[in-house]
Amino acid sequence: MPTFEGFMYPNEIELQWSVLIVLYPFLTGLVAGAFILASLERVFRVEAVKPTYRLALLTALAFLLVAPLPLQLHLGHPERSLEMYLTPHRSSAMAMFGFVYLWYLMAVLVLEIWLDYRRDIVMLAQSSTGWRRLLYRVLTLGSYNISEAALDLDNRVGWIITVIGIPSAFLLHGYVGFIFGSIKANPWWSTPLMPVVFLFSAMVSGIAAVMLIYMVVSRIRRTPIDMRCVDAVAKYLFYTFIIDFTLEMLDLIHRIYESDESFRSLDFMVHTRLFLSQVILQILLGTVTPILLLAVTQVFKLSEAVRKRIYSLAGSLTLIGILAMRWNVVIGGQLFSKSFLGYTTYKMGLWAREGLATAIVLMLLPIFILWVLVKILPPWPEKEKGLLSHAASAGD
Amino acid sequence: MKFKDAEHLLRMAFLFVAGLIVFVLLRNALVPRSFGQYGHYRGDALGEIKARPVAYAGHGTCETCHSDVLEVKDKGKHTHVACESCHGPLAKHADDPTAVQPEKLDTRVLCVRCHEANSAKPKSFPQVVSADHSAGLACNECHKPHTPVIEAEAKATGGKKK
Repeated sequence: MPTFEGFMYPNEIELQWSVLIVLYPFLTGLVAGAFILASLERVFRVEAVKPTYRLALLTALAFLLVAPLPLQLHLGHPERSLEMYLTPHRSSAMAMFGFVYLWYLMAVLVLEIWLDYRRDIVMLAQSSTGWRRLLYRVLTLGSYNISEAALDLDNRVGWIITVIGIPSAFLLHGYVGFIFGSIKANPWWSTPLMPVVFLFSAMVSGIAAVMLIYMVVSRIRRTPIDMRCVDAVAKYLFYTFIIDFTLEMLDLIHRIYESDESFRSLDFMVHTRLFLSQVILQILLGTVTPILLLAVTQVFKLSEAVRKRIYSLAGSLTLIGILAMRWNVVIGGQLFSKSFLGYTTYKMGLWAREGLATAIVLMLLPIFILWVLVKILPPWPEKEKGLLSHAASAGD
Repeated sequence: MKFKDAEHLLRMAFLFVAGLIVFVLLRNALVPRSFGQYGHYRGDALGEIKARPVAYAGHGTCETCHSDVLEVKDKGKHTHVACESCHGPLAKHADDPTAVQPEKLDTRVLCVRCHEANSAKPKSFPQVVSADHSAGLACNECHKPHTPVIEAEAKATGGKKK
């Protein structure tokens, strides 16, 4: 049994939502953020971020496929979760989210990726052999038309899907914040700002993740990093981070000024049990430091090597900070008693079903899926050129 | 725009429509007919629950045979605790007392369900940290469950524990 102090109601002593529920908003946040970064190129025509466009879409898909797994592992009867599709309760935000998830996965991400890759898929179906050929042929849906008119149509439809996709991405992650923000019995969670804070932190984490993945992948492939692209991504990360930090501070100042009956209890918690994860990891290391680092790159003219190092450090700290933020929301909201007179502790198991090892596997799984996706659908323009010449020679 | 340039989009649209049809068919096949009859649950569940055999005999039934135990219980703190709260559902035993015998209870497991110390319980409620209090001894080594006050203590306090 966890140790606790003061007065706790019996059902508060043990935490119901574990580290896996911390991972869930972190993963969906990366999805939403990565997609919004991709939409910058597609809808807002930010040419500079183009090298990350396809990678961002594949990253979003890889993380979205894993996003429901922490929830499934948390459930006693995971097979019953499918019933929310069969008999959804319209008054349940969680049940309706099943449809938001499915919509976003199928109607937005899969469709947009398919449209964007269709030319490559057709070429690969003609040039590859064995099981890959079969896979690409299935993906073509039997249509090999990659005429200019067909591709132009794909482009226009893709643009419409991205336009629909932006509010869908907002809905996907805004919902996650809504789940917490709408729990009126919990003063740590209950604020209408929660969905907005979640949304902006999602954008921050997604942009940082894609920036890091792009840099790491370029290094692995021994190709030069497009600094114009990374500079642009870092600039957007900086701007979004400022909005995110402002919103979080607004929430904090509002709580301090309002000082309602929960304040002393929550304040005590921040200064004791959440001090490391909230003050040190989330605010100082995970927010203020990366914002300052990114600000330095915006203000001073730095060499390429220095900028790369700063972006890597700022990106990594950002991800740690956003993960800490999810931890503080999910775990922090369960550490204090609704009587405001007691505090419990969360002890994470190592090999338990909802333990640390599972959490690490769930964090690595999207990276593995991304690796597979990148193998099947290479997002590199160079590869595309190679394909074209290969396909052309195959056609001769 | 020629039709052939949009053909692949129609194929994809067809896939989505086919998926939707499969979903609707699956839903029709899997959702029980009586779902939603009264509310957001299976209407037939009410009849099924009603048809289940009764598991609890009820306090009154116990009294018909075990009035001696009830007399003892009435004098102690557990007078308002129903027999089957501790002994479990015993309708089968009431139907055939010789064939179905209640299980012997392990008081080390049973008593702490109510009496393990917890700060959420009212201070007036008798509670102990079982590990410190009895060090693994069964509760009924000292307490008689039907009148839980220890006899020597009962004599000293005139039968009622404060």
